[in-house]
Amino acid sequence: MRWIWIDRFEELVKGTSARAIKNVTLAEDHLHDHFPGFPVMPASLMLEGMAQTGGILLGDLHDFQHIVILAKVPKVTYHSWAVPGDTLVYDATLLDERPEGGTVSVSATVGSKLVAEAEIVFVHLDENDPELGSIDQKNFVFSMKLMGVMEVGRAGSGKDPAGELTDETSSETDES
Amino acid sequence: MATNEEILTKIQEILADALGADEDEVSSSATLVGDLGAESIDFLDIVFNLEKEFDIKIKRGELFPENLAAEGEGLAADGVVTENGLAKLRERLPYANIDAFAADPQVDNIQDLFTVDMLVKFVAAKQASGA
Repeated sequence: MRWIWIDRFEELVKGTSARAIKNVTLAEDHLHDHFPGFPVMPASLMLEGMAQTGGILLGDLHDFQHIVILAKVPKVTYHSWAVPGDTLVYDATLLDERPEGGTVSVSATVGSKLVAEAEIVFVHLDENDPELGSIDQKNFVFSMKLMGVMEVGRAGSGKDPAGELTDETSSETDES
Repeated sequence: MATNEEILTKIQEILADALGADEDEVSSSATLVGDLGAESIDFLDIVFNLEKEFDIKIKRGELFPENLAAEGEGLAADGVVTENGLAKLRERLPYANIDAFAADPQVDNIQDLFTVDMLVKFVAAKQASGA
């Protein structure tokens, strides 16, 4: 299983905001196992997707020179839940950043319904940090594998008859 | 300019929020780590909140120096902070109560220098200097 809790990265305004979406589907095991008989997206995984959205926003600010680690969630409120078929939209706003890390606020909505809100604190670590080895890599907000989520749009819309990735296709994706 | 009492009230709110402590636990003499249960990660959260609340800029390591014990040679010997070390601590943490610490200068007690009172004095000095 891949630890990617956003399906598509939709928008990034450098140093300001980011938006990603997560489609909730019954095909995912955790929906069945979380509350048997009441399939909803687990709140913890929603938070993970919110952190990934905010973490990429912060990481991008420094061109991914630092490893961004989820340090603390000072505030999180769940107002509702998300069910199969819903598209969760994660909107992250950068509240603060400094050399040691940064804070984002993220909302999760389905349509016009507010599902969750959180404030998340991240710390920066560098590859050569002596403390790096002692940290469980599961706590990393993103690794280069997650960064692949930024490339999703590059598969194009499927309208290109040749089915090839051309510069034109990717620039269209960027603008949309 | 806020008085120390006003600063204390706001800091109590910030710490109660950041550390999940009751405001009445956040007395002036409370230590952040020992009494209020702060972890290293919380220091960053506290710095963010102090900057926002008081409109000040806090440089990295200015309020909560990292790796104090490991810093420089001669700071500590056999787990006890030396005279040199105490002088260095006074320099690095001008608002901490080093005199009280000097009575039992164990390296393990360094974290007790981070008190609510230290934060109040730090913020007051920052505001006075207009930084």
